[in-house]
Amino acid sequence: MKELLLIIAGSVLVNNFVLSRFLGECPFLGVSKKLETAISMGFATTFVLTMTSVATYFIQFYILEPFGLSRFLQIVSFILVIASLVQLVEMVILKTSPALYKALGIYLPLITTNCAVLGLALLIAIKRYNLIQSIAFGLGAGIGFTLAMALMAGIREEMEFGDVPEALRGVAIVLITAGLLSMAFLGFSGLIPM
Amino acid sequence: MASVMLVSLLSMGGLSLLLGAGLAYASKKFAVETDPRVDAINEVLPGANCGACGYPGCSGLAGAIVEGKAPVNACLVGGPAVAKKISEIMGVSDTGASVERKIARVLCQGGKTEAKLKAEYYGVKSCRAASMVNGGPKGCPFGCIGFGDCAKVCPVGAITMSENGLPVIDEEKCTGCGLCAKECPKFVITLTSVKNEVHVRCRATLKAKDTRDVCKVGCIACKQCEKACPFDAIHVVNNVAIIDYEKCRNCMKCVEKCPTKAITSAFAKRKKAVINDNCIGCTICAKNCPVNAISGEVKKKHEVNEELCIGCSICAEKCPKNAIAMVRGECDIKTGSFSACSVVK
Repeated sequence: MKELLLIIAGSVLVNNFVLSRFLGECPFLGVSKKLETAISMGFATTFVLTMTSVATYFIQFYILEPFGLSRFLQIVSFILVIASLVQLVEMVILKTSPALYKALGIYLPLITTNCAVLGLALLIAIKRYNLIQSIAFGLGAGIGFTLAMALMAGIREEMEFGDVPEALRGVAIVLITAGLLSMAFLGFSGLIPM
Repeated sequence: MASVMLVSLLSMGGLSLLLGAGLAYASKKFAVETDPRVDAINEVLPGANCGACGYPGCSGLAGAIVEGKAPVNACLVGGPAVAKKISEIMGVSDTGASVERKIARVLCQGGKTEAKLKAEYYGVKSCRAASMVNGGPKGCPFGCIGFGDCAKVCPVGAITMSENGLPVIDEEKCTGCGLCAKECPKFVITLTSVKNEVHVRCRATLKAKDTRDVCKVGCIACKQCEKACPFDAIHVVNNVAIIDYEKCRNCMKCVEKCPTKAITSAFAKRKKAVINDNCIGCTICAKNCPVNAISGEVKKKHEVNEELCIGCSICAEKCPKNAIAMVRGECDIKTGSFSACSVVK
């Protein structure tokens, strides 16, 4: 139990997917203009990350490794699984909750190409987690992603009213903010001795 | 080696087959019944997602039209052409009452050089924020603040801020979605029909002296426009002139008279009447002309005095032989020289 909590805390704070592993920067910069949409995107990604952790666990340890294919078919098969998973999730959400589908909008299919998802799958294979650990890792990664998105969106919403120097307006100041945020998250590395 | 290839082929092929079959099954199982008309209408809509119709984006409107909540001509941007296509999809006849194209107009000319400031403002660079600080930095409480909230909100980039600190609207690009009018905290922007050419670009209901104190181009309620108007279309109400567009015929008489140039129009493009050889000399036009610009003897071709003609089109409407065309041209009021460039219906 303690180990699971460590995995979650580790992936949320210490090794935050966005701010320390630098995965999923595209939505982090692209969809963080409004707090509301950023959080929706975070939840959608969390959902897909958790589902992916289960699916890739089975692919990795029941198909790829027994047949010795993990060296060269890992990425291809993971992408395949992630893409179909996102499609499936999209269909299910559309059927069961059109309101949620509308709220997530275009971000749902975009998760397919979110490298945080592929990164999670590859990390699970590297770290050789078991099923429960994989799920915890996926969940933690998702929460960490949502946290980073919400923080960034909150800052950017405030920054709209700030007097940003002409040359830094737009993406430039966002990148600087992301860097500062990332440095702040480095402070968590003392939290858990890994 | 061959076995590795075989295994990878089989495993990947099997995996994709499985996932593909799963998705195919899911798409059947989780199929959501959608009206094909929604997609068809969504195709013909402009796709600007401007929200001028009051629905969240074009797909929102498409859904509302199919449900019968919105009329087929609800899209302001698409205009009659899109309304016609949608009515074909919906299988109803277009009522013909197509929505008149409207565009945004800036009703303030008080830029940096014309309007005085009552204070220096160093806060957040947004009109809405500035308007909350004692009504904004401008001396005139009705004037454009000039931080360009309207330009930021415009979805088609039709608004640019001039060096003088006023929004300039590109009438070609403007789709009449009205987002700028909603955004402006001073209500300086309004939507009016594209046909209206004359505008009172001042909304200040201050007394004449107060207006003059804060702005060079404000309406001072001198009522000269009221007297000049041949059609009773402009009135000074509450210290500011207001045009009744039901009556206004774009004759631009008021523009000529306005001492502060608060009333504007595309003066160089004023219409002029031109009588052609179909004229039978019935004198109806001469009798109806409000400025007596038409002269001629009975049963002889009449002549228009271009210097006097104000382009109100009354003669063209009254002529029984369709002998009068309204021509839009480059005319110089001072010299009276006039070269026709386009015929106006």
